[in-house]
Amino acid sequence: MLTDSDLQALGLTLRLASIVTLILLVIGTPIAWWLARTHSRWKGPVGAVVALPLVLPPSVLGFYLLLAMGPNGPVGQLTQSMGMGLLPFTFWGLVVASVFYSMPFMVQPLQTAFESVGDRPLEVAATLRASPIDAFFSVAVPMSLPGFLTASILTFTHTVGEFGVVLMIGGNLPGVTRVASVQIYDHVEALEYLQAHRLSAVLLLFSFIVLLVLYAWRPTPRRSV
Amino acid sequence: MDRIRARFQLYRPGFTLDVDLDLPGRGLTALFGHSGSGKTTVLRCMAGLERAPGGRLMVRGQTWQNSTQWLPTHQRPIGYVFQEASLFAHLSVMGNLRYGLKRNREAPRIRLEQAITLLGIEPLLERKPDRLSGGERQRVSMARALAVSPSLLLMDEPLAALDLARKQEILPYLERLRDELDLPIIYVSHAADEVARLADHLVVLEQGGVIASGPLADTLSRLDLPIHLGEDAGTVLQATVSELDPQWHLMRVDFDGGHLWTRDHGLPLGQRVRVRVLARDVSLAEHPGTSSIQNLLRGQIEALAADDHPGLTLVRVRVGTATLLARLTQRAVATLQVKPGREFWVQVKSVALLP
Repeated sequence: MLTDSDLQALGLTLRLASIVTLILLVIGTPIAWWLARTHSRWKGPVGAVVALPLVLPPSVLGFYLLLAMGPNGPVGQLTQSMGMGLLPFTFWGLVVASVFYSMPFMVQPLQTAFESVGDRPLEVAATLRASPIDAFFSVAVPMSLPGFLTASILTFTHTVGEFGVVLMIGGNLPGVTRVASVQIYDHVEALEYLQAHRLSAVLLLFSFIVLLVLYAWRPTPRRSV
Repeated sequence: MDRIRARFQLYRPGFTLDVDLDLPGRGLTALFGHSGSGKTTVLRCMAGLERAPGGRLMVRGQTWQNSTQWLPTHQRPIGYVFQEASLFAHLSVMGNLRYGLKRNREAPRIRLEQAITLLGIEPLLERKPDRLSGGERQRVSMARALAVSPSLLLMDEPLAALDLARKQEILPYLERLRDELDLPIIYVSHAADEVARLADHLVVLEQGGVIASGPLADTLSRLDLPIHLGEDAGTVLQATVSELDPQWHLMRVDFDGGHLWTRDHGLPLGQRVRVRVLARDVSLAEHPGTSSIQNLLRGQIEALAADDHPGLTLVRVRVGTATLLARLTQRAVATLQVKPGREFWVQVKSVALLP
């Protein structure tokens, strides 16, 4: 069936997608919360920057990230001064790039979920002695659980399917940056259509099952009554 | 020290709030007014849900807000009941009750069991909010507000979203809250019948300002205000059930100034009741004659004022120490020569009992 290098690529892909999803849960949640609640004039610009990867060609995003993380880029100089070396062509370089690339898939569903919670439940929580942070975790998060589920699944699957940015930032190093989508590309280049078929089928099945679960078992949004 | 002093000013496009209130620190104070009068905004300012810069709020000697400090909502010892019950749908009824209880750091003055019993929600504790009726939800939200042992209970039209039957279901619970707990309540409403039934102190708001504030009976009988009450103009008397007439299914209630007969409401002798007399049910006569109206009192005219229709006049009549309002036509006033100081027979067609 699948070769060892196929399995290695799949393992790497799942690891990348899991880490990116966790990181984005941590940094995407406050951004989504801020976007959902703020009346600041920066709401528009910040929202646009977050949404940029939706419309930007991945190669363009990858190109800028490559420059930023390269020896002369600001991120590259920072990582070098911290003794971490350079990020391009490393697994963590892929993680950083994917966080940017998948950001809208985490932030936008969360923002929608937070907006639908509305002000009232948080006001109620405040009148019941809950501080704003307490109210966020005890009211807003439980009420937004369907949104968290949707956002996490979209982020995860989107990272699994990433190709352009990976090639720009990570290249094609087996076991380090060669993810499943790149592996399929390699198989096709080498005219190994059978291998390409098998790996593609795995990804197709995976994506379909995930979406099936998402749509079939999607819990109804909880509202305060 | 025992009072609630509040001063809030708020300027918004199309709306200005400017109130300076000195309210009793016990009993139920109603903030009454039409929509847009600012009554809910005053309540939200008291709760800290709305920030009125430069405002002041002192509750029974404690400063909650002045020019230098402002307590955020979660640090104010309040209970708040919203117009919609706003229960947390992800928690059971018990979970909702416990939410505030476990966060409250003040000494618990009201036990959870007490709040549950007071609002009669024992059978509902394990249920989810979406399995409750509208009236049940609102009772749970009241118990939830009490469970944090507030020093001030703020209620924003808690009955407005309910139909008449649900209202009747909840009103007795509200009265128990008012009578059984030593807890000042500020109650926002635009329904005159609720105010007449529940309030001890009445504040009338209009277009962001206070136009009257005083004890209920005094404020209701002020002639410059009934215009704002419209068809609901009337007064409230404190009375006692003093005689039952089983033959005609009637009962007599005595007040300072006389007695009134009304339908037998099945109340025991000696029961204290509030009786509401609407101005449209009161008429004046020079001689006591035979009439279908059986309630006849002797009263003296105190003052007259224009009503909201040019053909009508409101007349304030003193009966003993009590005050009644009568709505008469201008022609009747002229024919009978109704003027301050004159005495008349006061006929009361019907009274509403507010137990």
